[in-house]
Amino acid sequence: MVDLSTELSGLKLDNPVIPASGTFGYGKEFRELYDLNILGSIAIKGTTLKPRYGNELPRIAECPSGMLNSVGLQNPGLRNVIEHELPELSEFFHKPVIANISGFSIAEYIELAEEMDQVKNVGILELNVSCPNVRGGGLAFGTDADNVYTLCCGVKKATKKPVYVKLSPNVTDIVSIAKACEKGGADGISLINTLLGLRIDIQRRRTVLKNRMGGLSGPAIFPVALRMVYQVRRAVKIPLIGMGGISSAEDVIEMMMAGASAVQIGAMNLTEPLICQRIIRELPEKCRELGIEKLSDIIGCVE
Amino acid sequence: MKEAEYRILENREIARGVFRMLLGGDSSEIRAPGQFVNLHIPGSFLRRPISVCDWEEGKITLIYKVVGHGTEELSRREAGEILRALTGLGNGYMLSKIPPRPVLCGGGVGVPPLYGLCRKLVQLGKHPHVLLGFRSKEDVFYEEEFRALKVPVELTTEDGSYGKKGFVTELLEEKCYALCCGPEPMLRALYDRTEDGQFSFEERMGCGFGACMGCSRRTKDGWKRVCTEGPVFFREEIVW
Repeated sequence: MVDLSTELSGLKLDNPVIPASGTFGYGKEFRELYDLNILGSIAIKGTTLKPRYGNELPRIAECPSGMLNSVGLQNPGLRNVIEHELPELSEFFHKPVIANISGFSIAEYIELAEEMDQVKNVGILELNVSCPNVRGGGLAFGTDADNVYTLCCGVKKATKKPVYVKLSPNVTDIVSIAKACEKGGADGISLINTLLGLRIDIQRRRTVLKNRMGGLSGPAIFPVALRMVYQVRRAVKIPLIGMGGISSAEDVIEMMMAGASAVQIGAMNLTEPLICQRIIRELPEKCRELGIEKLSDIIGCVE
Repeated sequence: MKEAEYRILENREIARGVFRMLLGGDSSEIRAPGQFVNLHIPGSFLRRPISVCDWEEGKITLIYKVVGHGTEELSRREAGEILRALTGLGNGYMLSKIPPRPVLCGGGVGVPPLYGLCRKLVQLGKHPHVLLGFRSKEDVFYEEEFRALKVPVELTTEDGSYGKKGFVTELLEEKCYALCCGPEPMLRALYDRTEDGQFSFEERMGCGFGACMGCSRRTKDGWKRVCTEGPVFFREEIVW
């Protein structure tokens, strides 16, 4: 019997597989396909203080082994998420979730954290400082080490729940940002968010996305994500959640060997809605093949 | 929603760049005309949402136009091959709201879902009037199939090479209840010339089942996902 369990800052997970924020909504669409309680946890759609429609359409573009999105944090806002979405989710998903929150100022992040701190089925707060699709928010924090440090210090005082920071790969030195998170008291780091990209409709001579640029996700970015997890693992001691293009049980193992304590599955949920179930089913067999008895033993095992 | 494998029974060009594909397999999730399937196409990351033209037990008819790499690859698939699809997506036309004498307006690849809709309406004892618009004679398809349902059918082509020259909107009588599907400029023009009806929209989608928010449209009742609360919207909820 292979032990798939892992741990994130005291939160025990049955397995490391977590659907990533923004690719799983609040679980409703997936629950008719499989029992979500097989999942390690769920990272809910990014929540902002106020409801947001997001960017104009089109927001989606096909790419080689991936996709661009410029959704722009569409969500019903903090109040609705706390009063409706999270209670509803708790009716069919009986484990703590990861609440992804996104602010436009440090004060907003603190307010979001204070409110989410009171929600019973929230196990971890994930600060989104890396959304490439929103002006003046998210990414503005995530590309500056000093800002990230100040943000972490502020949010940590606002909640007793573990605070993870979701980092952007669109920086020159991911390690310096990760170190700033650790120094600021963050309990862990999620990485990576999408890579900024562009597609052009050559017939119409304009960008495919109305918002012009968007975030690239899908298997195309897996090696970049793996490299960044590997680099950050060697620079900080706090746990990492690895994500970016994971599409198989092998990818999960690779990401954990690079240093991730758990993983998030993103874009693949959209094209293969049963992907998390398939990965969780295949993990034990893959572990047996590789002589892994306890999956958490391999975290960061690669020199 | 259901994910299943389908055997291609036929994949044939029926007009310029327009293919009809018959799929054999589970059609039990399809509940209303105007719904769509999301096809997995080898070589593409995103699935391709294609409206259901018609369906019966164990069989689904799709009509699609080759517009890019994905649909081009799809057009090369041969009978006997297997495709994976998510079925039962979207809301479809709400039949209970349709009056006895609706007008069906379709443009180009917006025509296919209107065929299944027309067949259902005839079954229900209603008297649909069908208006179909195409660019040119080579683009015309399904005229005979509609006529076989014994409903009045009028056709336009933009260049006048077949049927009446012009756009479907020009055939529209005032104050009708319109059931529309086609490119957005056509829908817009139909919207301006109708008082009531149901309009089916097309949009680039990430997932096709409501998870990614990639296709949310503003409506009078807040944002709605074209893939889930749509693709068919009531005229009164549409915002341009």
